[in-house]
Amino acid sequence: MITEGLILSAILFVIGTFGVLIRRNAIIMFLCIELQLNAVNVAFVALSRSVGIDGQIFVFFVMTVAAAEAAVGLAIIISIFRHYETVNVDNFNLLKW
Amino acid sequence: MFLTLSMLAVQGGVEADQVAGSFEPFFPALVVLLPLLGFVLNGLLALSHAKRSAAAVRAGGELQLDGPGGRPSTHTLPTWIGPGVMLGAFAITVVNFVRMLGAHLEHPVVISYWHWISTSTFTVDAALQLDQLSMIMMMIITGVGFLIHVFSVGYMKDDTGYPRYFAYLNLFVFFMLVLVMGASYPLMFVGWEGVGLCSYLLIGYWFSDREKADAGKKAFIVNRIGDVGFLIAMFLLFATFGTLDFLDIFAGAEDALVYGGGAVTAIALFFLVGAAGKSAQIPLYIWLPDAMAGPTPVSALIHAATMVTAGVYLVARSSVIFALSPVGSAAVAGVGVLTALFAATIALTQNDIKKVLAYSTVSQLGYMFLGVGVGAYAAGVFHLMTRAFFKALLFLGSGAVIHSMHEALHHTHSHADAQDMRNMGGLKKYLPITWITMWIATLAIAGIWPFAGFFSKDEIIWQTAAFGGAANAPYPFLYTIYWILALAAAMLTAFYMTRLMVMTFHGSNRTGEEERKYLHKAPAVMWIPLAVLAVLSIFGGWINVPEAIRTSFLGLGGALPMSEWLHHWLEPLTAQAHHIQEVHLGELAHSAPVGGGEVAWAVASTLAALAVVIATVVLVGGREVETADKDAAPTGFGKVLYNKWYVDEAYDAVVVRPLGKASRFSWRVIDQGIIDGMVNAVGYLARGFGWFGSLFQTGSVNTYAFVLSLGVLFTLASFLF
Repeated sequence: MITEGLILSAILFVIGTFGVLIRRNAIIMFLCIELQLNAVNVAFVALSRSVGIDGQIFVFFVMTVAAAEAAVGLAIIISIFRHYETVNVDNFNLLKW
Repeated sequence: MFLTLSMLAVQGGVEADQVAGSFEPFFPALVVLLPLLGFVLNGLLALSHAKRSAAAVRAGGELQLDGPGGRPSTHTLPTWIGPGVMLGAFAITVVNFVRMLGAHLEHPVVISYWHWISTSTFTVDAALQLDQLSMIMMMIITGVGFLIHVFSVGYMKDDTGYPRYFAYLNLFVFFMLVLVMGASYPLMFVGWEGVGLCSYLLIGYWFSDREKADAGKKAFIVNRIGDVGFLIAMFLLFATFGTLDFLDIFAGAEDALVYGGGAVTAIALFFLVGAAGKSAQIPLYIWLPDAMAGPTPVSALIHAATMVTAGVYLVARSSVIFALSPVGSAAVAGVGVLTALFAATIALTQNDIKKVLAYSTVSQLGYMFLGVGVGAYAAGVFHLMTRAFFKALLFLGSGAVIHSMHEALHHTHSHADAQDMRNMGGLKKYLPITWITMWIATLAIAGIWPFAGFFSKDEIIWQTAAFGGAANAPYPFLYTIYWILALAAAMLTAFYMTRLMVMTFHGSNRTGEEERKYLHKAPAVMWIPLAVLAVLSIFGGWINVPEAIRTSFLGLGGALPMSEWLHHWLEPLTAQAHHIQEVHLGELAHSAPVGGGEVAWAVASTLAALAVVIATVVLVGGREVETADKDAAPTGFGKVLYNKWYVDEAYDAVVVRPLGKASRFSWRVIDQGIIDGMVNAVGYLARGFGWFGSLFQTGSVNTYAFVLSLGVLFTLASFLF
């Protein structure tokens, strides 16, 4: 079971990573980041079978942080959308000095 | 006179009572502090004067200076303060001198006031040393200094910078006293630098004249070269002894230094460099003739009587060190005798009255160096003293002449040179006292019996011969050459000084009809110092007559009251050096290199000098002199001499210009090119790196995400492999 769980986790993580790197829509990229986080959660849960309950506890932490992050991230995206009327990241180069 | 008289008085007393008393110093610090006080007061007056005159100029006018008696109001206080503090210092010095005469001082008295420099391994106290040598120097500085201050009152009476002048002059005396009274080399160096500063300030006193300001700079810079030598010698002394106090060094010198060894020779030679700078010897003499740009009393005080003798004082003070170094001593004597002859040849053809005296000063300083270089420290100091009298007299006399000439030319708005002897002639009718006193000084400097210069110069030449003829003299042949050159320079001295007198005072008057009416004789404030110095120039030499000459007919068969007084007076200080000399060289000779004893040579030299003087009077006096504007330029060898052997030009080509080029190279290429270039290159490099780094900062979230992923991959890979 552990092996299958880890394989699923790896597949999900790779999908998420490629999604972030390839897609240009900020919302999609955001969802892909969530996918990566949840891939890690799957790995935690799968490994908790052999290691102990700690992994499952940690999943709750990840979910909490992800929720907070989603709130801040969506707020930023909405704010950007209001300004530029688009969420295509190719149109922004704000992240520099 | 003061010297002679007070010694006459005490000499008798000492004979009766040989018990050595103890020497009680009488407020020696006041001797130093009084001139400093004068400087502060006069300096404050000068500042307030400058402030008021600047305010008046701003208000669109000019400061009105009319005071009582037609003298500007700013002159009243400096007139009393300047010479007043000097009189006070002189009086205290005389008291100390008389006490020392009665005390038979065996060891120098050192009075320490506070710790000046204090480290774990090295201490220098602010301490004054009172001994026979510093006493003689103090007497000269304060005594002659006082007379020159008085003379300045008359000479500078029309100058607007009067308070500033006396402030500088007082400051100079202060530093000069520190130089001779300091009990250690560092303290002496303070005075040494201080007098250099005052010399610079006073040469460039009329600083609005570019040429005079440059002359001040030249003196300052050339002196710096010598000062480096002094400093290095001090470092070497410290490295050897761990102390710089005179007494400690001399007490330990014979143990710490090997006779003729490398260390002592290096110290002596570096001291010689310092002394040559301050005392205007070859190769650093070039600043002194230019220093004549200052007011004439300044030339008399600083560049004739006191400051330029500091080098001689240094060698005499360090007699132990020089006695231990035969090479160093020979170098001192060689530099001295070469300078004596070389400067005398230049003086032969100069037409500027002060230039002649300037080269004569250089030449006479050479004699002193010769004296102290052949171990005759007392003779060197003796010549220093007698020359202070007649040289100050000559300069002050020339000052009186220039003052008179200047005023006469000023009245007619003539632009003729007031210092050019070709424009003078026949002045004896107009300046009778100056004429007589200057003749006395001329006979003294020419070395004619019984004037002061005869005894001192003869002594030096004789000692040179005696040293060269010593049993184990280091280089007997060299000293024979020295002796011959010194004799030759003495003859040249007689010639050029007589020429100066004849051109200035005799023959027909060449000032012009109009100007002649305004020639005036020197006022009392100027001629009284001249008269006092003239008396000293006559009798000053009698205090150190060698016993052989005293008992002969030259000493009037023993009628002179004392023999070799100065020699005995300085004995406690020179004894160690003489002892070293005796151990290593053996007994000195008692005959000249070409035979003949002391008396015979004294007679011969005075007769020869007299013959030269008379011949010059006849020859130069019989020749009609053209005024400066009509006189033909000299030709042939005379031209070379007139242009001072082209030494200034040679220095310009060999030293000044290459140095200027090297400085320009350092500035343009090394400093602006390489050093600034390197600093700038660092800046450009940082900017380049920054620009390159900024290429990666696209601001696009995709790029960042991609690079981040790559980084994660690399990190993971490094864990795996």
